[in-house]
Amino acid sequence: MIPLGAYLMVSAALFVIGAFGALARKSAVAILIGLELMFNAALLNAVAFWRYLHPQGFDGTVFAIVILAVAAAEVAVGLALFIAVYRRFGTAEADEIALLRG
Amino acid sequence: MSLMVLFVLMGALALAAALGLLFARNAVYAALFLVLNMLALAVLYLTLGAPFLAMVQITVYAGAVMVLFLFVVMLLGAETLREEGGPIAWQRPLAAILGGVLVGTLSYILFVEATTGKILPPPEDYATPYALSVKLFQDYLLPFEVASVLLLVAMLGALVLVQIERKRRRNDDQTSD
Repeated sequence: MIPLGAYLMVSAALFVIGAFGALARKSAVAILIGLELMFNAALLNAVAFWRYLHPQGFDGTVFAIVILAVAAAEVAVGLALFIAVYRRFGTAEADEIALLRG
Repeated sequence: MSLMVLFVLMGALALAAALGLLFARNAVYAALFLVLNMLALAVLYLTLGAPFLAMVQITVYAGAVMVLFLFVVMLLGAETLREEGGPIAWQRPLAAILGGVLVGTLSYILFVEATTGKILPPPEDYATPYALSVKLFQDYLLPFEVASVLLLVAMLGALVLVQIERKRRRNDDQTSD
């Protein structure tokens, strides 16, 4: 039987890789891809905890579906923001958009 | 036993795809690695007994979201990912080491402290679309509606964000003439 910890380990590794990608990359799209990876790790955690600790009812699955909807909305708004930024600054590199730098 | 083999294979595939995403020099390849990662995760959801969620993962994430990503990458012409170090030279290796430490700590805590070997038997109508939709539309109707409003607002927000900029540019053109 697969222990719960195995799923959580995969999820933790995915989360850290996603966080590294989101922090180390400079392209806005690559940052968003890292965020997606972190979302997916959290989703895997939610489903694994549901299956192992509370499988009666489908509360965990419903929770995961709501997370999925939030992630989809986040991607749509994020990419629209990047298009607006690109139109204004002519670039989507995160370190070149420094309008608020003192 | 075969479930264990499937889990190890798919977990390794998901991690390999995530690492490939991290080292990809091309944003299109990074997005395609993310698709591979999500397909592997969908199989993991199947091993966890959530077939509906696995299918939703494939259609929504690997399908719709990835098409949106690739569309924007190609629209902005942002395929090449610049890879130069930050202002501090040893920043990146240090971040990699600290990330490794974080994974190690989390793995230790999760695997040693939180391991429950036993898994409860699934109920009769286990996670079938019918049972799930009854749950979703009766017990969780309000969260469902809130999520739908959220999606609507996100859609409107995306439209507005792209629209305002165009109007402003038109005004700029008129004033310069």
